[in-house]
Amino acid sequence: MRAVVGIILLAVVAVGIGLALAEVPFGAPKTEVGGYYLEHGREETGAANAVTSVVVGYRAFDTLGEVTVLFVAALGLGAVLTAAGAKTGRRDVQPASLVLRSGAKLLFPLIILFGVYVFAHGHLTPGGGFQGGAVIASAFLLLYLGDRNRRISKARRTATESLSGIAFVVIGLLGLSVGGHYLMNFMPKGTLNTLLSAGIIPLIYVAIGFKVGAELAGVIDDLVKETA
Amino acid sequence: MSFLSDYAYYIGAFGLVLIGLLVVLSKHNLIKVIIGLSIFDTGINLFLVSVGYLRKGTAPIFSRPGMDAGGMVDPVPQALVLTAIVIGVAVLALALGLAVRLYREYGTLDLRKMRELKW
Repeated sequence: MRAVVGIILLAVVAVGIGLALAEVPFGAPKTEVGGYYLEHGREETGAANAVTSVVVGYRAFDTLGEVTVLFVAALGLGAVLTAAGAKTGRRDVQPASLVLRSGAKLLFPLIILFGVYVFAHGHLTPGGGFQGGAVIASAFLLLYLGDRNRRISKARRTATESLSGIAFVVIGLLGLSVGGHYLMNFMPKGTLNTLLSAGIIPLIYVAIGFKVGAELAGVIDDLVKETA
Repeated sequence: MSFLSDYAYYIGAFGLVLIGLLVVLSKHNLIKVIIGLSIFDTGINLFLVSVGYLRKGTAPIFSRPGMDAGGMVDPVPQALVLTAIVIGVAVLALALGLAVRLYREYGTLDLRKMRELKW
């Protein structure tokens, strides 16, 4: 019964979407603002990756808000799982196989290295703080899969998360004090396509990388603790 | 251009959105509802990226100096989607955490058996 009502409702929604989208051609020239970012992003932010120049250049304040949303979601998960959590005893988990254990140990540093590469080169190549942080969190997930009783230090994780979050805000405040605008790109832009270019963009992306990595590792930690 | 090449991406993206909504509306298992929300999320992300697509466009990255900006796709939707994906993961984890708490409270994941959630 619910499925039938649902399908009727969705048919109405689909007709509405279809009528609205009939006017929006696929693959048409981009929006005016997108064209502006592509034309002027290189000179104005110094980042070779136009997506990065939008995320931490033109819309860096918006990104600060998105980082906050991520933080609140991770915090909410921790609160939901730990608040009044009457845990029903530890279940015995079967230890991981030898292949998984040694594979996790072998791959862990390499995945961390790749994650750091992804967020440190966010202004040059596809990638950035969010993607690099997710890669780093996947390394911790592999670590947990290899050894269910292993725990990363909560104090260190929280310290990494807080310090990188503070670093983002402080970089913004430095821009405010130097140039009069919050998150202003006050550092020299350097030459395009080199690692040390684009001013504060790589610094912010490194901070975001650490923050997202620590937060998602914390999410994994909370969920693993719940099942262990 | 034929109808299919003009609208295939939109149909695919909103197909995922509608499938996700249908799962949310019709399933009784909480985990399946969360999977539906995740599919919904994916569809929206796919739609945003396809709005920014330019026919025969390349990635908006100036990997060599002196590249022309004309043939590149719109960077704005990609910038929106890349944060939305990570936030989607965190929200999914939050939903799963709530499911864990509900299971502990009621001893079931069936929405029909949770007294306060009847509709």
